[in-house]
Amino acid sequence: MDIGIDLGSRALKMAVFDGDELLECRMVESGFTPHQQAEELLKGLKPHRVIATGYGRHLAHKNFASGVITEIKAHSLGARYFFPQAMTILDVGGQDSKVITLNREGKVVNFQMNDKCAAGTGRFLEIMAASLGYTLAEFGPMALSSDHEAPINSMCTVFAESEVISLKNHGVPAADIARALHLAVVSRLVGMVRRMEESATLVFTGGVARNPAIVSLLQERLGVEVFVPSLPEHAGAVGAALHARTL
Amino acid sequence: MQDFEVKAYPEMWHELNMDVERFDKARQMLGGAYTKIFLSQANRPQKMAYFDEMISEIFGGRVKELMQAKKEGRPVVGTFCVYIPEEIVVAANGICVGLCGGSPGSIPDAEKILPRNICPMVKSAFGFKAGRICPYFQVVDFVYGETTCDAKKKTWEILDRLVPTYVMEIPQMKKERDRTLWLEEVKDFKAKIEAVSGKTISSEQLAEAIKILNGKRQALQRLTKLRAANPAPISGKDALLIEQIAFYDEPVRFAAKVNELCDELDARAAKGEGILPKSALRVMVSGTPMALPNWKIHNLVESAGAVIVNEESCIGTRYFKDLITEGSLDMEKQLAALTDRYMRIDCSCFTPNDERVTQVLKEYKDSAAQGIIHYSLQFCHTYNIEEIKIREACQREGIPYLSIESDYSPDDVGQLQTRIEAFLEQVEG
Ligand code: SF4
Ligand code: SF4
Repeated sequence: MDIGIDLGSRALKMAVFDGDELLECRMVESGFTPHQQAEELLKGLKPHRVIATGYGRHLAHKNFASGVITEIKAHSLGARYFFPQAMTILDVGGQDSKVITLNREGKVVNFQMNDKCAAGTGRFLEIMAASLGYTLAEFGPMALSSDHEAPINSMCTVFAESEVISLKNHGVPAADIARALHLAVVSRLVGMVRRMEESATLVFTGGVARNPAIVSLLQERLGVEVFVPSLPEHAGAVGAALHARTL
Repeated sequence: MQDFEVKAYPEMWHELNMDVERFDKARQMLGGAYTKIFLSQANRPQKMAYFDEMISEIFGGRVKELMQAKKEGRPVVGTFCVYIPEEIVVAANGICVGLCGGSPGSIPDAEKILPRNICPMVKSAFGFKAGRICPYFQVVDFVYGETTCDAKKKTWEILDRLVPTYVMEIPQMKKERDRTLWLEEVKDFKAKIEAVSGKTISSEQLAEAIKILNGKRQALQRLTKLRAANPAPISGKDALLIEQIAFYDEPVRFAAKVNELCDELDARAAKGEGILPKSALRVMVSGTPMALPNWKIHNLVESAGAVIVNEESCIGTRYFKDLITEGSLDMEKQLAALTDRYMRIDCSCFTPNDERVTQVLKEYKDSAAQGIIHYSLQFCHTYNIEEIKIREACQREGIPYLSIESDYSPDDVGQLQTRIEAFLEQVEG
């Protein structure tokens, strides 16, 4: 049994493999002491190896994991597990976003990460959903129901939030504001993808890939086909587990 | 780990009109950082002891030497850039000291006056003077500035209010008329130094100075060559430190100490011994200068288990790759030879500057590196834009490549660590 653990900024994800078979995936919130949470997740399991990735990887390594790989490598391996032909990968998580280009053999040839800022990440969407009074799950479908976006100028989480409040007070429909906020995130992501090698397809991983509005707007703006794995938030953990298997 | 301390000289600092209380905190922090980053390394060459001592005495011993020199009427010039014709200063029996500009601690002092969105090195250096927290700044007769990038060029005007700042015009292209201009500037600078010291520089003195600085540059070249061995006989951090000390130490003594260290490294290489196992990934850094105490990238890369084997940087090969032809005792010819050497510096402030791309590829090969990290200080437009050409060249040659733009703040350390580790995974294949 091999286990991959992704200690992300917002959530902990774990993938368990038995030989070639993905046995199960688990996820919990990161909480205050992520590595202890992770040890909790591992209770009762008897893995051969545990490989950690994500923000908390080094702490996990100090405490229980047998090795680490970066999120870049983990998402590459994970994306290839779900889509063996993947060449360009976009991962958008709680606190960062990244684009990775692979060669045919699946080796990383180039990657990019967002600046030290919440714009273009899951955290931005989360805060904006809350400021409109919706849950994250409602937020995407809501944006999809509009075909007209309100003007939002700021990508800064703090400023965008005050823009949202002022639009609300001007009676702009919530769905239009939601669409605009999604577009703001998408335009950031498009900018990152465009700086990389061209590719006709894109594999989209990370929790934000569950958001249907982001997926559809990305597809529309990039003009490429976007593939989302069945368990997008677990791609990193799956990748780490796959790496464990090769050791 | 041995006990290490950057030594305190509060009385002397008072004499130099420094903000002693604040400075003393900085001193303690420097000692702590040095212990953690440098002294924790296993397997360090023994001859690093001299350079440890130089850091321990950075705010004392060396400053005393400078104060003594001043008493003897020798000119002491503060510098920022490798375009300073050091030979002329040394010919007048003077001393050049590279001023520190690598610490986040002095930036708030600078930002009280300067705009925030300019190069951190310029801000840091300016802040050291504005806050009176650098003994070197306090001791110099004047600061040598030059018209390289806009951030520096315009900062000199403001810095001049705090300390006399002499500015040389550096051309932006390398045509014949640019060389003529630079030669004129070199002559003016000679006149300036002669005015400060009150003595004319003879061609014998200049010939001697050329020899001294060639000797220092050759010692550094030798160190660079030794780092090409696999396993690398010395860490990138230690080599960077030596390259930094090169800017404020006494040149003859420094060259001798670097050569002593090189003898030890030679012996190490002959035995196949290294600072890390042979399997450690080898990385070269290229880009903007890394002024003391900027150890950020080296520390991150080497903490991730790789070794840095070359710095294509002003604190690095750009400072010592070229020598001045020796042998002439004709002042005109000597100054022409000196000008030719300085015109070969491939700083990104020049356009076009394709020599640098060629040089980066050459050093990559010579140092047997396996990947290149381009490092540019934030808001350094010339290096940030020239980065495009370096990146393209690396893509063409199939060289693993990572570009980092960063300042001195610790904010981005987590993200940089991930990017550097991912880059090393990429190099590993
Ligand atoms: S990068 Fe250019 S301007 Fe800066 S120190 Fe080097 S030569 Fe001078
Ligand atoms: S690093 Fe760039 S911006 Fe900073 S002083 Fe040197 S040339 Fe100017």
